[in-house]
Amino acid sequence: MKPNTEYTRRDWDSHPPYIVPDYKSTLLRGPKKPLIPIPHSLSELTGPVFGHDKVGPLDHDLTKNGVQNGDPLGERIIVTGRVLDEAGRPVPHTLVELWQANAAGRYVHRWDQHNAPLDPNFFGGGRTVTDAEGRYRFITIKPGAYPWGNHHNAWRPNHIHFSLFGPSFVTRLVTQMYFPGDPLLEYDPIYQGIPEVSRSRLISRFSLDVTEPMQALGYEFDIVLRGPRATPVDED
Amino acid sequence: MPKQTPSQTVGPYFAYGLTPQPYGRPGIADGRIVNETVPGERIIVTGRVIDGAGKPVIDSMIEIWQADAQGRYAHPADGREADFHGFGRTGTDETGTFRIETVKPGSVTGSDARPQAPHLNVTVFARGMPNHAYTRIYFSDESAANESDAVLGLVDAGRRGTLIAARQETAGGPVYRFDINLQGDAETVFFDP
Ligand SMILES: [Fe+2]
Repeated sequence: MKPNTEYTRRDWDSHPPYIVPDYKSTLLRGPKKPLIPIPHSLSELTGPVFGHDKVGPLDHDLTKNGVQNGDPLGERIIVTGRVLDEAGRPVPHTLVELWQANAAGRYVHRWDQHNAPLDPNFFGGGRTVTDAEGRYRFITIKPGAYPWGNHHNAWRPNHIHFSLFGPSFVTRLVTQMYFPGDPLLEYDPIYQGIPEVSRSRLISRFSLDVTEPMQALGYEFDIVLRGPRATPVDED
Repeated sequence: MPKQTPSQTVGPYFAYGLTPQPYGRPGIADGRIVNETVPGERIIVTGRVIDGAGKPVIDSMIEIWQADAQGRYAHPADGREADFHGFGRTGTDETGTFRIETVKPGSVTGSDARPQAPHLNVTVFARGMPNHAYTRIYFSDESAANESDAVLGLVDAGRRGTLIAARQETAGGPVYRFDINLQGDAETVFFDP
């Protein structure tokens, strides 16, 4: 990387604000004082690099990585896409982590008290590293909706949590992928907290090309991280 | 041109995905950034994440990115060989407490080509936070360097203290205390890098 390269800034027209009143737990947890913009030094232009050594052979296949005595229950799906920067360039060899509820809408997490069954053959966590073209691919089970305590009859739409690093500490992103046509999106304050213009970027596309005959439905989900922004070089 | 993918909260159930060691799965990192062989002064950094009502945030996660004791980052943009990977990640416990074992970082050159005061780069994630928050941990025993640090210089003098971890000498070595207040009078300074 050239020394005078900076990254683009967080685009606050794309991201939700820290406080979304309808998403109640943001009220006491979102910072209220203005964020302070800082220039990009090596502290911002660097970030953790993870290699394939952090990824086991079954880590991308959630239909296999939790198996104890059989296949997990639910609808098998393939989730694939590209990690890109804002110039449309692929982000290669970057870690993608993922976690989700099982087909019944229950998480393995020890605090999840939802009255829905755990699946002894489904863990729900996985990770992979993008290839040279920025592509990732997971095999999993379509997650179920689950209730939460935000308001009366609150249900989260089907979603998969994603965590990405990108090339630097400032390209870090944690987000959630949703499914097309989910009627719960309209009522979900976490999804609705995103500016209207950018919300739909979190909805995956059903793809018959990705779908494998007799095997699994396919969904595509591209993820765009902050990109390098070349600043004029001061020659002297 | 494509636009940035919006951020969303980690939610309440990230632990088995991002800090899965208690679930019997290997994680990509934990709160122990160093092993026995890494050179530098061994330090513990610990504190609590606290919400706007003064309550501990028991379902948050912090990540640390730091230079080694010589001020080198393990990254191609730095280009030098660093002593360690320099990344840590840990959840907060039932008292909202996190704990990092590491070495004190060296000084890193700033964007103005002047040395910065030693610091840890921090991200904070939690249920109820639609975006992660960025902050830095500076060290109380570096007052001269802190005084001339360009990033601290962007912060109102009255709020700078929220970025400085207080050093205590203990039988087990130096311990730095750093609470992260998400809101309130003592709200930690958060950056928009
Ligand atoms: Fe979730």
